[in-house]
Amino acid sequence: MLKLLRYPFALECGVYVTTYEQDHALHQTPLAVARGWLIVALLYVIPLLLSNYHLSILNMVAIYTIAALGLNLLTGVTGQISVGHGAFTGMGAFTVGYLMKQGLPFWVAMPLAGLAAAAVGAFFGLPSARLKGLYLAIASLAAQVILTFFFTRADWFTGGIHSMSVRRPSFFGYTLSGELSYFYLALTVALILGLFAQNLLRTRMGRAFMAVRDRDLAAEVMGIDLFRTKVTAFALSAFYAGIAGAIWAPYVMIISPEQFEFHLSIELLAMIIIGGMGSVMGSVYGAAFMTVMPIVVRELAMMLEPVFPSIGTKLLLIRDAAFGAAIVLFLVFEPEGLAKLWRNIKDYFRLWPFGYQR
Amino acid sequence: MSGGFGFFLNLLVNGIVVGALYALVALGFVLIYKASGVLNLAQGELVLLGAYIGLTFTTELQIPFALALLLTIVVSALVGVAIERAVLRPFIGEPPISIIMVTMGLSFLIKAVIHAIWGTDMRSFQGLFRSQPIVIGPVAISEVFLWGLVAALILLILLNAFFKYSMLGIAMRATADDEQAALSMGISVKRVLAATWAVAAMVAAVGGIFLGNIAGVNPLLTSYGLKVLPVAILGGLDSIPGAILGGFIIGILEALTGGYLDQYLTGIKEVVPFVVMILILLIKPYGLFGKEIIERV
Repeated sequence: MLKLLRYPFALECGVYVTTYEQDHALHQTPLAVARGWLIVALLYVIPLLLSNYHLSILNMVAIYTIAALGLNLLTGVTGQISVGHGAFTGMGAFTVGYLMKQGLPFWVAMPLAGLAAAAVGAFFGLPSARLKGLYLAIASLAAQVILTFFFTRADWFTGGIHSMSVRRPSFFGYTLSGELSYFYLALTVALILGLFAQNLLRTRMGRAFMAVRDRDLAAEVMGIDLFRTKVTAFALSAFYAGIAGAIWAPYVMIISPEQFEFHLSIELLAMIIIGGMGSVMGSVYGAAFMTVMPIVVRELAMMLEPVFPSIGTKLLLIRDAAFGAAIVLFLVFEPEGLAKLWRNIKDYFRLWPFGYQR
Repeated sequence: MSGGFGFFLNLLVNGIVVGALYALVALGFVLIYKASGVLNLAQGELVLLGAYIGLTFTTELQIPFALALLLTIVVSALVGVAIERAVLRPFIGEPPISIIMVTMGLSFLIKAVIHAIWGTDMRSFQGLFRSQPIVIGPVAISEVFLWGLVAALILLILLNAFFKYSMLGIAMRATADDEQAALSMGISVKRVLAATWAVAAMVAAVGGIFLGNIAGVNPLLTSYGLKVLPVAILGGLDSIPGAILGGFIIGILEALTGGYLDQYLTGIKEVVPFVVMILILLIKPYGLFGKEIIERV
């Protein structure tokens, strides 16, 4: 408390930690704590001023953020590539729909959907006992193909090729039917899961994840059970994806298997690449980027319509090109994504005007 | 299901033919992986690109088929070199996730280019092959399948000879084996990698032309890129004989499950290759013929 009073605006200007507890602290300065609370408060206040259209974008950002967080824990932190996260998200979505049809309230169905996805994720993580790198990535592609097949075939569970309708959840008799109320749900879950992920990175488990990513053999020598760590990462990551699906399903209200195909897996991977691998905030940036980019592209195309009259018919093409170009350009110029770019900007201003390098 | 042995034989032959084409496309994966450690997820787009280029030469410019095939191969090779030069060169030695995603991004770019040039309508090669099947004993096989098999086999043999006897082929194998050693022997690794992409694009184009003849040319053809992944993985990502054998195994398996099981469970034949792939990988983690990486601490 005294510290807070003494220099309220102090920024960290170097690493001065003397104990492990200080090193693991979530925040280094009082200002950072205050800033964190301010951002959370703004996240809850600003939506009150937004239109339904903008809120719908924010809703999708929040949902994608949860899924991207999960994938980032697996791919960015643990270093295991999954090309099957679209299907894990679908598992959560269909489970929540199925359970709500059976009469369970959303608040019970959502965690169960996460657990169902986690179970499936752990199962498809089992090959990681023997496979690694590209071979493991393709094995996870098999998870995607097999689960997609299951979704389209299992009429009793998913409604098959007919889509499935899901009710909006209600909270003590109040149904979350509007964009705003639903955003508070999605935001709250995203915040809790984001904080959990950030804290996880400070625990033994989180450090084990990173050790496996950096050098699996060295990690094993240091006493980390590789298989258990990898499968835990798969399960945890699929849990996040499942929760994302469970929030997605009642939001869009109609779900069908083709929403959770290979394409979604790739989009999620693109999010963590563009946002920043292994970074919690990166997942948020990536999700925001991937949600907003198609909208911006469409708006730009519409602006160009007077010059190129037929541009409206080429939207899909332009979106594909922008998507591909974004991935390639980020990988070439900033492989650590938007999170790194943001950190560079902050570092520049922190040292300004005495920065000795840019 | 009626038909008995004749039906089985028909499925088998179809499986072999489709398997040969799978082997061709899978060869593209294996070549690139062997030479540079890149798993090219844009291979399906190269297949589609080859099909469209072939289509343009044959139906729009009315060039005879054999010449058109040759021209397609040349153009595709140039495209392959261009891709390697423009996109892939900075990614040699990067972690697998970057490589997967950069080829994924590439696949979207190629798809967009194809879309811009040729649109998305279904097109077909017209009148290149007669539609009535050739009947040999109990087996009926359509002409395009037969030619596809012949072309695939010729190409596979040619490639094998190329890797065994030509200077460039040997240089490619040397680079695949050990890039450093190849460099110190005076091999231009850059040129080898460009050549690898050229060859990969060529085989993809030939696969694309015949697959396009069988199924029609439309963007769905790119799904072969993913479909063939189990083939490449099954045989071992860095084994050319593995890709060929894997192609035949998956082709036959798909034809048989398609013939016998699909009526009970529609779509099962798309899934079976992946299930088989996982099972084999659990027993042999580097595929049937892949080089096992021994790790020592």
